[in-house]
Amino acid sequence: MVRKVVYSIFLAIIVLALAMFFAAYPFGKNKMTVGEYYLNHGVAQTGAANIVTSVVLDYRGFDTLGEVSVLFAAAAGVAILFFLAGGTKREQEDLTKPNFVVRVGSRIIFPFILLFGSYIFIHGHLTPGGGFQGGSIIASGFLLLYLSYPGTRTNRDGLSIIEGLAGLTFVVLGLIGLFLPQYSFLYNFLPKGTLNTIVSAGILPIIYIAIGFKVASEFAGIVDDMMCQVICRGGGK
Amino acid sequence: MILVSWVLIILMIALAILSIELKNLIAAVVAVGAVSLVISLLFLLIQAPDVAMAEASIGAALTMAIYIIGVRKTERSEKDG
Repeated sequence: MVRKVVYSIFLAIIVLALAMFFAAYPFGKNKMTVGEYYLNHGVAQTGAANIVTSVVLDYRGFDTLGEVSVLFAAAAGVAILFFLAGGTKREQEDLTKPNFVVRVGSRIIFPFILLFGSYIFIHGHLTPGGGFQGGSIIASGFLLLYLSYPGTRTNRDGLSIIEGLAGLTFVVLGLIGLFLPQYSFLYNFLPKGTLNTIVSAGILPIIYIAIGFKVASEFAGIVDDMMCQVICRGGGK
Repeated sequence: MILVSWVLIILMIALAILSIELKNLIAAVVAVGAVSLVISLLFLLIQAPDVAMAEASIGAALTMAIYIIGVRKTERSEKDG
């Protein structure tokens, strides 16, 4: 009984505090000025036609490095989990072979998915999308391949090498900024070029291409680990 | 435009309820993927194509695949109770 009374008092305090907080908060108005600053100065300062990219890679480039590391940690976690689970024998499942239309259709459409994904991350500084989106589209292409040809295995060493090189490119490009007179991590040291051309915005397209490769190989690795749990004999590798 | 977004929002809520109520888990996973697809259309309507792309490729394709693999390894349908 006493406990219930204490709980309800605490609940009332929390509800009251939240209500006061939200009542004091202006709704539907501009609360920050930083967005306006990016809209007005983003194109001139970074040379990227896509404002979202200029924020993600230039103004908040260090956050993106953290985001990429989080994704890497998640992929590594999945791999470790399944590597540890791989020791136990699992009953082998019969996978029905996908029908003719799926197999041939996926073989035709797979290169176009790769092309589309790479288009998105190469044009990340010009059109909507970027490394994360393009990379996940490429990984979904790999998923299609796994689903239509159940025996497929990706070359995991190749994936690891691509992933490591892409991450290294990002970090090295960031570190070069520290050796310049401007002395800031991820400083955009390359010339900005003309707006709306492929070779513009300095290091942003290079970073986005690196992120695209990294995300694609990480997601493809996760898909490979997961599909292996279904397909591989005895689980694991 | 407003009408389209309302139709999409109602469709999204209906699909979300469907994904909880369905007993066949594969069908429920497909409903979850459809929710992501509708959300990505809504992101496109409010002019956020970057987010829409990420939602469509990760939410509708990769997450759904991971769920389906999970369902394959466990129970195919939900038990009552």
